Amino acid sequence: MGAEGIGARVARKEDKRFLTGKGRYTDDMSVPGMKYAVFVRSPHAHAKIKSIDAAAAKGMPGVIDVLDGKQLTADGIGNLICGWMIHSKDGSPMKMGAWRPLADQTVRYVGDAVAVVVADSVNEARDAAEAVVVDYDALPVVTDPAKALADGQPQLHPEAPNNLIFDWQLGDAAATDAAIAAAAHVTEVKILNNRLSPNAMEPRAALGIYDSGDDRYTCYTTSQNPHVARLVMSAFYNVAPENKLRVIAPDVGGGFGSKIYIYPEEIVCLWASKRTGVPVKWTCDRTEAFMTDAHGRDHVSTVKMAFDSSNKITALKVDTIANLGAYMSLFSSCVPTYLYATLLSGQYDIPAIHANVRTVYTNTAPVDAYRGAGRPEATYLLERTMEIAARELGLSPAELRRINFIRSFPHQTPVIMNYDAGDYDASLNAAMAAADWDGFAARKAEAERRGMKRGIGMSCYIEACGLAPSSAVGSLGAGVGLWESAEVRVNAVGTIEVMTGSHSHGQGHETTFAQLVAARFGVPIDSVNIVHGDTDKVQMGMGTYGSRSGAVGMSAVVKALDKVEAKARKIAAHLMEADESDIVIENGELKVAGTDKSVPWFQMALAAYTAHNLPTGMEPGLKEGAFYDPSNFTFPAGCYICEVEVDPETGQTEIVQFVAADDFGNLINPMIVEGQVHGGLAQGIGQALLEGVHYDPENGQLLTASYMDYAMPRADNLPSFKVSTSNTPCPNNPLGVKGCGEAGAIGSPPALINAITDAIGNNALTMPATPEKVWAAAHAAK
Amino acid sequence: MYETNYHRPASVQEAVKLIGGAAEGKYLAGGMTLIATMKQRLAAPSDLVDLRHIAEMKGITVNGRSVRIGAATTHREVASSAELGAVCPAICALASHIGDPHVRNMGTIGGSIANNDPAADYPAAMLALDATIVTNSREIAAADFFTGLFETALDDGEIITAITFDAPAKAAYQKFPNPASRYAMAGVFVVRRDNGDVRVAVTGAGSSGVFRHQGMEAALAGNWSPDAVGNVSVDASDLLADLHASAAYRANLIKVMTKRAVAAA
Repeated sequence: MGAEGIGARVARKEDKRFLTGKGRYTDDMSVPGMKYAVFVRSPHAHAKIKSIDAAAAKGMPGVIDVLDGKQLTADGIGNLICGWMIHSKDGSPMKMGAWRPLADQTVRYVGDAVAVVVADSVNEARDAAEAVVVDYDALPVVTDPAKALADGQPQLHPEAPNNLIFDWQLGDAAATDAAIAAAAHVTEVKILNNRLSPNAMEPRAALGIYDSGDDRYTCYTTSQNPHVARLVMSAFYNVAPENKLRVIAPDVGGGFGSKIYIYPEEIVCLWASKRTGVPVKWTCDRTEAFMTDAHGRDHVSTVKMAFDSSNKITALKVDTIANLGAYMSLFSSCVPTYLYATLLSGQYDIPAIHANVRTVYTNTAPVDAYRGAGRPEATYLLERTMEIAARELGLSPAELRRINFIRSFPHQTPVIMNYDAGDYDASLNAAMAAADWDGFAARKAEAERRGMKRGIGMSCYIEACGLAPSSAVGSLGAGVGLWESAEVRVNAVGTIEVMTGSHSHGQGHETTFAQLVAARFGVPIDSVNIVHGDTDKVQMGMGTYGSRSGAVGMSAVVKALDKVEAKARKIAAHLMEADESDIVIENGELKVAGTDKSVPWFQMALAAYTAHNLPTGMEPGLKEGAFYDPSNFTFPAGCYICEVEVDPETGQTEIVQFVAADDFGNLINPMIVEGQVHGGLAQGIGQALLEGVHYDPENGQLLTASYMDYAMPRADNLPSFKVSTSNTPCPNNPLGVKGCGEAGAIGSPPALINAITDAIGNNALTMPATPEKVWAAAHAAK
Repeated sequence: MYETNYHRPASVQEAVKLIGGAAEGKYLAGGMTLIATMKQRLAAPSDLVDLRHIAEMKGITVNGRSVRIGAATTHREVASSAELGAVCPAICALASHIGDPHVRNMGTIGGSIANNDPAADYPAAMLALDATIVTNSREIAAADFFTGLFETALDDGEIITAITFDAPAKAAYQKFPNPASRYAMAGVFVVRRDNGDVRVAVTGAGSSGVFRHQGMEAALAGNWSPDAVGNVSVDASDLLADLHASAAYRANLIKVMTKRAVAAA
């Protein structure tokens, strides 16, 4: 590896602008004549809209116009869509209710948008929004997903009786039930996975610009996948055809999944720009973000895990109710199905698995993918159950896991996934050594002398990244392919621009993607620019989520680099009158092996563009594109060990040690990988210890609408992490990479809860493990 | 935020005059609650009269064990005052744990007391220290000052100019923070005077705001020791219950924080 090549700890190129305040985010964008949008939102969780009177608001200072859902409907703007079709086990398609960008008849959660005010300033728009009189007829409310399925509950959508969206299954029910009936031991657990608010540092924003001269739209927006936004807005929302719609996602300050989806606001800003004739910008405030950003998780599950007399798992049966909120968000249907149940085998050889998942409408914000998306839910369920089973069986948690580890690859699980590579003993051993597992008993005794309860817990996670083989996901209901594109442009002086369909919103692509080029051609990364996030610059792409940019986005870059290299070799061979097969590329030069002949990289590039002396028949220029469609998912895995001290008097938990031993395959930039792990751990620990969205069950009001009530993790909630990696390269992509963006958030919650329950001697504890819950559980255990 | 008029008086007299002439004026101290409330459009004062630039309201003076803290003194100034630390380190420690550095550099003791947030720290100290709240027109005993949630004995237009108290022989404050806001879910300020008088004041937990716990005071007057707290019962029926903590849990926290405060004093 070179100083800037693959495997180097290169400082992030993009950080200079972020750290010096020079980042350019959607809200920083300003265009002549721009006006400001403020949305009128429902204060009710469920109500009929009887009338909207905007006459007074329209007369207020600075107001350009007030637009409502009836006008939006009249202009033919389509319903928001869900892009993954799931069929219930009876064969019927999922029952999707209509989601209007501006509700025109019924509002279904607190924050549902009903109208938009466009005014000269944000303050004037807010003043006018308060003056819009909406007459509501309040309806009964249901927020609890299990309750919503019962008879006689409020009905959200006529399409979905009893609020049931689909009743789906995966695996072999009969074989699973038979194995449970014949088991030597069955561990039964009820698992709750708490609802989370994404809380990206940059709130969502959109700037819609309609140019009547060209009949063309531009949308700046906080998106993780601007091309998908353009596709969906063109194909389904009827905003404009693709060739007349440019979507730009400039610097984006964190997504965590919540910025995958196309929300009502960007559609409305584009539509309102055409209606009013002025560019329209909207920037979310934090309370709006709590109300309207798609939430994550919110599962209720029951689990049965069966063991034979030698403690081998013989079956796993899972029944899950997943709360999807008031409307089906863009990928909401695949999260609790194909991103969840397919991971229920974990790192274990389980002969029979059956999962049943019911998804439910409730009067709450839509729920969709959030860092990990389905895999954290699967991992939490499985690793909590394994820990409880080990306690019931009288085995150490490591021993029970070792008895059941998969050790030969490829391994076909009973739930679709085919694991390609892994070494679960390696990460377990590394984590136990780093955690000084054997020294725990002494540390526990020492803590006891201080009156503290010390506990240790582990979690052995596996996840699936590298979304995804297009034909495979298509056969499972996906509405899109999940390949990625890249184009490598070598300029006439040898500098290089890489257009990628991946989108960086904190991942550091401008550095890691450039490292690939530096490694390939020996050019400095400063001569490489990564271009992303603009549909006018990059032809097509599927964006960044599911830890896919390394495994899929970079693989597309590699394919394009292969083509560039092939042509560069031909040119160099021609210039030096050598055989193409003798050309080696290193340190920014193309050399003839075994001679002192060489051509600098820039000179080869110049030759490609002057075209004075190219091989006969060769086209001038040096620019190549590629699409890469993965042949399989990738399977990062690892072992996390958490050690805690619980103050039995207050229930306060202190994390005294957290060890993460991950296998991400090959690493492009270990420093960035560590940063991703740290961030993921912070979010996973946040879920386990602090975070939780709460609605009032009586009226559907959001109780956690600010940081006064929604507890985000802070630096002093976290220990210094001990992170390490082992490496089984992924055999299915050219770089051997797996993906590291979500692992921390996937693997950490069960390790932490396993540690706390170990400390207090009571398995009955739900996330977030607030001091009060831990205190109560510790006292109940006595 | 709605539009408002901003005034910066140089004297208490001028401030009182300005507020008298405003339609719906509000005094602005550190603004740590008021500005946030205004930004959320939950408050709409016609005029803000800023008290932070009035020299007579600033500064800390210690004479023997007699302490005077100007109402516009920031939390950071209280936390870092060496002369105050020499006679009553407990109040410095309390101030050093309010909010975050931004809040401590903006927020003031007078603003905190006048706002009387049921989870604020200073009211517990005032009550336990038997402090006197000095205003532009009178002196009010802390025991009479805090009248309910966000309510005080202040009249319209009245300004807190200083607080005074005699530093006790022993004092300490212990709080258990709300995991989200980090305001006190239960904060207990204990004081023991040379004459054996004990005060135990509790913030963050009472459904009517800050209060003294007579049972704790009696137990500790008899035996100034953490062990004395063990058998005192805390009635949960008058305590707050919310998303973060039940009344029963707060009752437990009051005992634990009292015990720890006594140990720390």
